[in-house]
Amino acid sequence: MPATLAELPVGSSAIVQAMPTGRSCLTRLREMGIVPGTRVSVTRRAPLGEPIEICVRGSHLSMRNHEAAFIAISAA
Amino acid sequence: MSAAAPETPLIAIVGNPNSGKTTLFNLLTGLKQKVANYPGVTVEKKIGECYSQHGKKLRLIDLPGAYSLNARSPDEAVLRDVLLGRRPETPRPDRVVCVLDSANFERNLYMAGQVLELGLPTILVLNMVDVAEQREWRIDAIKLSEILGIPVVKTNAISGQGLIELKLALSREDISPPKWQNAALPEGVKAALEHSRDEMRQAGVIHTRSSLLEPLYLLSDHDPTHYGIADTQIARIHELRSRMETDFPGWEDALVAERYRRIEELCAQVLKRPDQEIETITTKLDRILLHPVLGFVNLLLVLGLLFFLIFKVAEGPMGWIEAGFGQFGAWVEGLMSPGDFRDLIVNGVVPGVSGVVIFLPQILILFFFIGIMEDTGYMSRLAFIMDWAMSKVGLNGKSFLPFLSSYACAIPGVMAARTIDSPKDRLITILIAPLASCSARLPVYSLLIGVLFPVGEVGAFVQAGIMLGLYSLGTLGAFFFAWVFNKFVMKGSASPMILEMPSYKMPALKSILLQVWQRARMFLVRAGTIILGISILIWAASTYPKTAGDDSAKQMEHSFAGRAGKLIEPAIAPLGYDWKIGIGLIGSFAAREVFNSTMSVVYAVESGDDDNLAPLRDKLAAERRPDGRLVYTPLVCISLLVFYVFAMQCVSTIAIVKRETGSWKWAMFQLGYMTGTAYLLSLLIFQIGSALGY
Ligand SMILES: Nc1nc2c(ncn2[C@@H]2O[C@H](COP(=O)(O)OP(=O)(O)O)[C@@H](O)[C@H]2O)c(=O)[nH]1
Ligand SMILES: [Mg+2]
Repeated sequence: MPATLAELPVGSSAIVQAMPTGRSCLTRLREMGIVPGTRVSVTRRAPLGEPIEICVRGSHLSMRNHEAAFIAISAA
Repeated sequence: MSAAAPETPLIAIVGNPNSGKTTLFNLLTGLKQKVANYPGVTVEKKIGECYSQHGKKLRLIDLPGAYSLNARSPDEAVLRDVLLGRRPETPRPDRVVCVLDSANFERNLYMAGQVLELGLPTILVLNMVDVAEQREWRIDAIKLSEILGIPVVKTNAISGQGLIELKLALSREDISPPKWQNAALPEGVKAALEHSRDEMRQAGVIHTRSSLLEPLYLLSDHDPTHYGIADTQIARIHELRSRMETDFPGWEDALVAERYRRIEELCAQVLKRPDQEIETITTKLDRILLHPVLGFVNLLLVLGLLFFLIFKVAEGPMGWIEAGFGQFGAWVEGLMSPGDFRDLIVNGVVPGVSGVVIFLPQILILFFFIGIMEDTGYMSRLAFIMDWAMSKVGLNGKSFLPFLSSYACAIPGVMAARTIDSPKDRLITILIAPLASCSARLPVYSLLIGVLFPVGEVGAFVQAGIMLGLYSLGTLGAFFFAWVFNKFVMKGSASPMILEMPSYKMPALKSILLQVWQRARMFLVRAGTIILGISILIWAASTYPKTAGDDSAKQMEHSFAGRAGKLIEPAIAPLGYDWKIGIGLIGSFAAREVFNSTMSVVYAVESGDDDNLAPLRDKLAAERRPDGRLVYTPLVCISLLVFYVFAMQCVSTIAIVKRETGSWKWAMFQLGYMTGTAYLLSLLIFQIGSALGY
């Protein structure tokens, strides 16, 4: 099982396990619905590996690996 | 609309970006709306009027979209400040229409929840019912309305479905504050916030009636542009913030999680959606448009179309504008008796204004195209595909289109940077945009390349190769400076790139055309004021003081412009230029292509228009210095070309940058760094080249 959202293969889903607190770059992702306990799935990767497109709470958004690597996940 | 009676209720339309606020606003107000800027920021303020079912006048305000009241961009800060009643020029709204995208219901509830916490009478609009339908998301509006105790209306802003119900709800004056518990805060945090509130009240930072939300947003916002909060208080707020951070680490994160917990509870009661995502047009289209290969091919096609429209299709109307101004000039010439005033109109005002207005077709096309791309949802895909490349110089995918647009003209490019929400990325994009070789440089490039390599001697291929080299040079320069600014000049951490991928939609042509018109008008007002003034100045500089004779070249030498050329000669001689070129450089500050017409006057060449550069080119190629050496040696031509690639020589762009960045500071910085780079590079080229014996 991959450890962070940045490593989650395209097409699979997982549950957000933990996110470091107090990082302002993650605040907006939380506000967009990515909080511990949420189910996320990776829809696709851009051709050059970044950004990734994910689906959370039925909404689609994309982010870079840098932020995704902060989001620890566990099996869905 | 300040004339409206004070008792006219003000209703704010709020919601996430792309939820359909503007479409609903346009639908409700028709064309009765006024667009301005909020003072101090480049955020559009749209106010309109409509009538309630009882014929009562209502004022509507279309507030900028946001994902959270915890603001991160100037747009979001405006929304928060208006809702908290902090902006003096915009009264606190009496009621709120909160627009939600039904197909992103759960995520949209986050900001909706924050708005409900404010306790203003609120109407919830579940827009995009058709898209939710496609995804088979079912929302129980009746139950939602019961739970929250406020009107809930389902709409489709495109077809107008639900508009009557919305108008009925707008007409109600008895909407009670929503039954939505404020997010629970741990006791300690709450006490600390209350304490901060008391302190801020005493210091007069916030008014005495403010709820806990004011200190909450003051302390949790990392964006420091709070309107109406004195700078002296900001330090104190920072202090309180870091104390909260040490006493209750992660309190803000816990607050977000708590809000989503409550949203999940609510969704369990009112939202039904399939476990697996349903195939929709969006998922199918994305498989092609974001395909590693096909996606890229498609992107090239889209950009190819854009360039075709901007450079080829715009050519016709641009010709008409030029011809129109030309005829107008001729008409005035025939009408008025000869004299300075006629000369001012015919040779100053008309060509000056026409030289800028000629870009109007390109600007209209570009904004129409951008409107379509944004409205359909393709813009996010473009940013998605281009993000990787742009990230290499510290920008993000959203900077791509504004920069690309600048190859037509930097003015719309700078204006298009409004679509970038990160203030830092937006500023960098604006700063580098004019390094893209715009179409006004093209005539100058053609002329000088012609002098450098007359056709016949070397083929058209070499000429084209040099042209391509100049474009590449500008592009490389832009990327280099983006990287430098990002690394060394701009403070503030890089904001994360978070891009919403909206579902594809049919573009709403009416809204797009309205926006195109609003932007075009802004551009024309510029042309009619600042640019008009500068045209007059330049005309005056080359007309006075007068010489006796009829010789236009003599007159030019004698005029202020000629003297200025001689004045700057010592500065530009190390670059290989003489005072005559100096006149051309000065004239170019009105617009770069003015170089050609100025040089035609300087060398008294009959026709110097773009279609027929040959006479001017031959004249330049034959021009000699007093000591008999050629003026336009290959080295001087190259030095001059490089100067034109980098120098900031366009007052219209300077004016727009001033407007879009809100201060002269960045406009002057841009003028300085671009022209400085141009000077240095040209100096190096000429000095090293001369030393090597070229
Ligand atoms: N299918 C559909 N599209 C809509 C609806 N409402 C708005 N749109 C489209 O959604 C896009 C975003 O709308 P806009 O009003 O600009 O959103 P804003 O960012 O909230 O102002 C536009 O392309 C609209 O045409 C709707 O109810 N159904
Ligand atoms: Mg809008």
